[in-house]
Amino acid sequence: MRAIHLAILAVLPFCVPALLSAQSGSLGGSQGGSGIDAQPKRLDDPWRPPVNFVDENPAPPIPADVTDDRRVVRNYPEQPPVIPHNVRDYQISLNNNQCLTCHSRRFTEGSQAPMISITHYVDREGQTLGGVSPRRYFCMQCHVPQTVAQPIVPNTFKDIDSLLSRPSEGGGHQ
Amino acid sequence: MLDRRDFIKAQAVAAAAAAGGIGLPAMAQTSMVAGEDASLKWSKAPCRFCGTGCGVMVATKDNRVVATHGDMQAEVNRGLNCVKGYFLSKIMYGKDRLTQPLLRMRDGQYHKEGEFQPVSWDRAFDEMAKQWKRAIKEKGPDSVGMFGSGQWTIWEGYAASKLMRGGFRTNNLDPNARHCMASAAVAFIRTFGMDEPMGCYDDFEHADAFVLWGSNMAEMHPILWTRITDRRLAHPHVKVAVLSTFEHRSFELADVPMIFEPGTDLAILNYIANHIIQTGRVNKEFVDKHCNFRLGQKDIGYGLRPENVLEVRAANAKDPTDSKPIDFDAFAKFVSTYTLEYASELTKVPKERLLALAELYADPKTKVMSLWTMGFNQHVRGVWVNHMVYNIHLLTGKISEPGNSPFSLTGQPSACGTAREVGTFAHRLPADMQVNNPTHRAHTEEAWKLPKDHLPGKIGYHAVLMDRMLKDGKLNAFWIMVNNNLQAAPNTEQETYPGYRNPANFIVVSDAYPTVTASAADLILPAAMWVEKEGAYGNAERRTHFWHQLVTAPGEARSDLWQLMEFSKRFTTDEVWPKETLDSNPAYRGKTLFDVLFRNGNVDRFPVSELNPEYQNDESRAFGFYVQKGLFEEYAGFGRGHGHDLAPFDTYHEVRGLRWPVVDGKETRWRYREGLDPFVKAGEGVRFYGNPDGKANLFAFPYEGPAEVPDKEFDLWLVTGRVLEHWHSGSMTMRVPELYKAMPMAMVFMHPDDAKARGLRRGSEVTVASRRGEMRTRVETRGRNKPPRGVVFVPWFDSGRLINKCTLDATDPISKQTDYKKCAVKIVAV
Repeated sequence: MRAIHLAILAVLPFCVPALLSAQSGSLGGSQGGSGIDAQPKRLDDPWRPPVNFVDENPAPPIPADVTDDRRVVRNYPEQPPVIPHNVRDYQISLNNNQCLTCHSRRFTEGSQAPMISITHYVDREGQTLGGVSPRRYFCMQCHVPQTVAQPIVPNTFKDIDSLLSRPSEGGGHQ
Repeated sequence: MLDRRDFIKAQAVAAAAAAGGIGLPAMAQTSMVAGEDASLKWSKAPCRFCGTGCGVMVATKDNRVVATHGDMQAEVNRGLNCVKGYFLSKIMYGKDRLTQPLLRMRDGQYHKEGEFQPVSWDRAFDEMAKQWKRAIKEKGPDSVGMFGSGQWTIWEGYAASKLMRGGFRTNNLDPNARHCMASAAVAFIRTFGMDEPMGCYDDFEHADAFVLWGSNMAEMHPILWTRITDRRLAHPHVKVAVLSTFEHRSFELADVPMIFEPGTDLAILNYIANHIIQTGRVNKEFVDKHCNFRLGQKDIGYGLRPENVLEVRAANAKDPTDSKPIDFDAFAKFVSTYTLEYASELTKVPKERLLALAELYADPKTKVMSLWTMGFNQHVRGVWVNHMVYNIHLLTGKISEPGNSPFSLTGQPSACGTAREVGTFAHRLPADMQVNNPTHRAHTEEAWKLPKDHLPGKIGYHAVLMDRMLKDGKLNAFWIMVNNNLQAAPNTEQETYPGYRNPANFIVVSDAYPTVTASAADLILPAAMWVEKEGAYGNAERRTHFWHQLVTAPGEARSDLWQLMEFSKRFTTDEVWPKETLDSNPAYRGKTLFDVLFRNGNVDRFPVSELNPEYQNDESRAFGFYVQKGLFEEYAGFGRGHGHDLAPFDTYHEVRGLRWPVVDGKETRWRYREGLDPFVKAGEGVRFYGNPDGKANLFAFPYEGPAEVPDKEFDLWLVTGRVLEHWHSGSMTMRVPELYKAMPMAMVFMHPDDAKARGLRRGSEVTVASRRGEMRTRVETRGRNKPPRGVVFVPWFDSGRLINKCTLDATDPISKQTDYKKCAVKIVAV
């Protein structure tokens, strides 16, 4: 048992609210808090203390979409890149796929959008096709847009590079 | 337009480079680490999420998962994952993983109103055992219970079943799969005498038509949707029909789209049966040889509390399962009132679409695959509607052959493998056996090496009844594992939360993360998850697949298997078994439940030397024998030789899963047909051998309406469900930043005109209120889900917005599965 955990757990029933308050400085609704007016409360906090199960959380405004067109580094090679632009009302139907009007091979010169991965031209049998494989037709099963909403719980995932390039115990790099 | 995007992009890159004060080439650091991949260890595992059962490859380094991708060798997905699957690498690394048991304490003692304090496992189990013993002593074995999951590994579910039934002698064990596919499972048994689909995913590459009955596969089973998309786009003759109460993403591929009035799918199915009969397209030879007809009980109530007026008023609420034999002519007469006109009027679907749909089934040249999940199963007539889809496949003989396939999808990774096959329902034992059947109990007692007449025959409390019994103070010691029921159960404010906080009850929650359910518990036990333990799941196509433990769980988190087995050491037979049992079976005296259940000569028969030295196995190291193998082999003994055959344990670590029955090392893709299923003898053609007469049962049922319909005050239908980015209650996916940012909040999807009529627009803050409870959220009028007027959709993944405070705890009276798709709400501006 790490000391830091003990310390956190001893102070508050859950470590999440503890972490959150450290982050945002606006966590409310601690045990015994009676409703939303008692303290300023972090509105999008899903881990409400038990006494507040019957309270209602005000809903934060709908967060804006990220539309900065900036590529985001992938966590690992096969992670589908997230979509950095607006896709509202993009039409994808039996007859039309608006994503492909920029991202398919033949349009990338005009659009300067990244061409969809060569893996998307491979069929279920492993054969490479001349066009996009039909099983890859619905782009947003894997590629999702992002909003500006900030995750409530931090994630401690470490990618390959940070583990590989980290100094090893004996000095130097692994 | 394209040029503009291009321009913006170039500008952004240049600006970023300038801001960083560096030239572009310098941003690219060391280009490659030589042999980078060689330092990773890649292992196979099934995905942690839905019932599709995709294979993933998992890379580990320094005891951490660092990457995942779709497994090229997995037949289910052949290299693809959905967005959730691609982010599996991150699900174990939410910063708030539970790493120590937490007990509500005041002044150093357990106190129901105390605050959570970290305690040791010993202290946690001491308190828990004390509470269990007190409950059993005061009120008997049925005062304890456990609510598990279709996310349990096969051996975890099996160990839980042994502990509850064989150890504590109660059948108060139910999985959250009750909320998910109980209706499907019950209808399988009643129709075919055996659970689970006859077909498999290979049907996707053989069918000419796909019919989605209420299912939104584009979001809920994305990888299976890729197989349908592949088939549809590559073969122009293929048709896709999508039926739902609101428009969603699956409609993007629909040739025959159909929005129907909630609950009227019953009428559509009876119309199709009628159409098949009226147009002379019944496969007479098939029906004569392989089918029985029965008339089902009608007016069976809605599974509410017995004093509810709807139950009192229902003629047959007490015996909803009754039926009597009829012949084909009587069946034909029964469905004859479901004409095209009547069906169209009731469903509000245009006649030509209903006819186009009916023809997909009636045309003998069209191979048709029917697919359904929660739209059918979470239905006050869920068993009926499952029966009705079998009716139309059986009338036409379109079953048990490639491409002709009624296919019940599942929502959890081991809904089939654990909840159903192991039998963790309140009424089930392994291999489709039932607790109220004395022969089945005797067989189980023998397999488990327990005294004769030891197992309880009374069916235990099902999920919704557990909540009611907790509230009523009849169920007092309750263990919740691998599920988030305070977020998932219906009508939580009235029927679930009060039971958890009832001073008479002690509630234990085992989970990896602090969920809403955990927050309402008295004791929280930290759980190992996914590849932190050796596991096995069974997917929707009867595929059993295994994985090794790849990393160590954080802190003192332990697997559910370890928790179940370790807890069993706290009880001796003398404490929890009747005196008469021990008097007539003195050999069992003075032993712990661990001794009699897990040290029984079966479970402990494989030594740790059989472990694969390449992988960890914390449970086996703790107990001193190969726990998973012993449990699996004892369990597999139930099904081998009669159609539930599983391969030897070690085989599954080598392959990407096998579809049972596995006979002579070969899996079975289609059951019940000669040449495809080894249990059908030469000359039999088709045999539904789950039933003694080898025939399938068709049932005649009428259309009956939902339990609650919109009225003047509560004027909208509420439909709940899921979204692509989040799985179930979001306890894993809401901790993945990319998934959180893609879908951070559960909004209410509604028609723009419905919003306007209430003075609302997109983004308005509103209260969604039913007669039972309310929640606050924002209005979405142009999202991916487009309800018709009068219907709203709210997903349930968001623990900050608990829509199940609004839902109604009406269930199918036969399957006891909740209808989460039909209740009445109003929406008002905050």
